[in-house]
Amino acid sequence: MAAPGTLWLVALFVVPSYAILAVAFGDIDPILRTAAPHWNPVSWDFTAMRGVLDRVFFGDLRHVFVRTGLFALASLAGCCLIGYPVAYYVARSARRSRGALLALLVLPFWISYLMRMLAWVNLLQTDGYVNRVLGWTHLGSGSRNWLDGDWPTVVFGLIYGYIPFFILPLYAALERLDGRLIEASRDLGASKIWTFIRVTLPLSIPGLMAASVIIVLPMCGDYYTNTYLTGGSPRTEMVGNQIEFFLRGSSQPQTGAALVIILMIFLMVLMAYYLVTIARSQREGARA
Amino acid sequence: MKRGRFGALAIITWLYVLWSLVPVLIAVRISFNSGKSRSAFQSMSMRWYWEDPSSVWRSDELQTALTNTLKLAGLTMLIATPLGVAMAIGLQRWRGKMSRGANNLMLLPLVTPEIVVGVSLFLVFTQIYTSVPRGFTTQLLGHVTFTISYVVIIVRGRLLSIGIHFEEAARDLGATRIQAMRLVLLPQLGPAIFASLMVVFATSVDDFVISSFLSTGSSTETVPIKIYSTARAAATPNVNALATVMLLITLAAVMVAWLAMRLLRRGGVDSDASLTSMSI
Repeated sequence: MAAPGTLWLVALFVVPSYAILAVAFGDIDPILRTAAPHWNPVSWDFTAMRGVLDRVFFGDLRHVFVRTGLFALASLAGCCLIGYPVAYYVARSARRSRGALLALLVLPFWISYLMRMLAWVNLLQTDGYVNRVLGWTHLGSGSRNWLDGDWPTVVFGLIYGYIPFFILPLYAALERLDGRLIEASRDLGASKIWTFIRVTLPLSIPGLMAASVIIVLPMCGDYYTNTYLTGGSPRTEMVGNQIEFFLRGSSQPQTGAALVIILMIFLMVLMAYYLVTIARSQREGARA
Repeated sequence: MKRGRFGALAIITWLYVLWSLVPVLIAVRISFNSGKSRSAFQSMSMRWYWEDPSSVWRSDELQTALTNTLKLAGLTMLIATPLGVAMAIGLQRWRGKMSRGANNLMLLPLVTPEIVVGVSLFLVFTQIYTSVPRGFTTQLLGHVTFTISYVVIIVRGRLLSIGIHFEEAARDLGATRIQAMRLVLLPQLGPAIFASLMVVFATSVDDFVISSFLSTGSSTETVPIKIYSTARAAATPNVNALATVMLLITLAAVMVAWLAMRLLRRGGVDSDASLTSMSI
C-alpha cells in the first residue's frame, strides 16, 4: 500500500533532485543558451561549479551568503527571545485555560504567510500606523520609510513570519517536560531563576534545537519576505533571491542549480539533525 | 496554580498574541476602505469587493487567481490524502530495509527548503517530463509532492494510537482483509483523515514558492502570487480584499473540518497530539 506514494515521491522528488545535479554538472547549449544536463555522472563537468564556488567564497556572492546567515541567526535570536517565554507560559498554564490560548497560537497557521506580510506592508507605509504611533509617542521621527530596504525590517518580517512555526514545537517539548523535576528543584531550595537555568532550560534544549532547525531551514531559502518588504532592494538580497534570479530572471539554470547545491551543503548538518530527531520521536511513538 | 504567578510571562504571551493577530485585522479593515489608501482607515465600503472594476468580483485577474488557488487546493486534497493515508498504513505494516528507505524518503520533503523543491521541479519539468503541460498541471503535481508527507505523519500518529487489535478481531470474526480495513480501520482513521484534508488545504492555499516556480504567466497565478506581485507595483486595497476573501474561505474550511472531526471522534485522540503533529 505504500507503493503509490513511494513511487510518486521517487518520480517527483528523487528524480527532480537528481536533475539539479545533472544540470549543475552539465553543459549549456551554445546556441540556445539553455541547460544541457548530463545524466551520467561519469561525464559530469565541474568547471561551472568551480566558478560558482569561487564567487561564493571569494567573489560577489560571498556577501549574499554571509547576509543570509546573519539574517537567519538574528531572526532565530528574536524568535527565541519572544517565543520561549510564550511557549513556556502556555505549557505551564493550567490545562483548563490552555485550550483558548493554544487556539490563538495556532490561528496564524491558517492565515496566509503573504497576507501576514501584506499586513505589515500596510502598517509600515510612510503614512502608516507604525509611523503615526511613533510620532504620537515621540519615540521616533514618525516619517521614516521602513520599506526602503533596511535590514531591520527584513529581520522583523522574518521573525513575524516564522515565529508561529517555532512556538508550537517548542510548546510541545516544554509540555512533555516533567513538572515534578521543577518542583523537586524548588523544594530543594533553588530559586525560581536558578531552577530555570539549571533544570528547565537544559531539559528543553532538544526541543529548542528542533524548533530552531524547523525555522532556520526555510529561512535560508527565503526570498519572498525580503523582496516583499523592501520592494526588491539589493541591499537585503539573500541566497534565495540569487537562485530565483538565475533560474527565472535570467536563463542561467546551471549557476542557479550550482547555488542550490552549495546551499544544501551548508544546510546538510541541520537537515540531518532534524531527520534524526523525527526518526527518534517516531520510534518513541511506536514504543508507547 | 495560583493566578498571577507568571505575571511577566502572561503579559509577554498576551502581547505576542495581539502582535500576531492585530496587524491582520487591520489589513482586513483596510480592505473595506472606500478610497485607495492602504495605510489608513477610510469610511466603510464594499468597493474593493464588487464595486470597483479592479475589485475581487469584477477583475478577471483576481478571479483567475482565486479559482486557481481553490482548484489547486481541492485537487491536491483529493490526490495527496488517499496517497498519504495508504502510504501511512503501508509503512506501518511493511517491515525491512525497503520500508526504512521509503520512510526516510517520505521525511525528506519535510526538511528540504521549499526553494530547493521548487527549483528541482522547475528543472525536471523543463528537462525530462516535458510532455506534461506546464502550468496548472505541474503546479498540482508539485503541491501533491510536498503535502503527502504531512498526511503520512498525521495518519501514522493516529494508527499508532489505534493499534492493530481491532482489525485482528474483525479478521478473527471472519472479515476479509479489505473488509477489515474498510469497516474497522478507516472509520477509526476518520479524525486523522479530516485533519489531513485540513492541513493539505491550508498548505496548498498558502504555498507561494512552488506555485511561483511552476507558474507560466497570469493564467496560472494564485492568490499568494498575486499578493506578492504587488511588492513592486502601486497597489490598492483590492489586494487586501483578495487576501481577506481567501482568509475567510480558509477559516470556513477549517471550521467545517473541525466540526466534522468532533462528530467523528470516538474518544482517544488527544487534541494536543494532533496539534503537535500538524506543526511538524
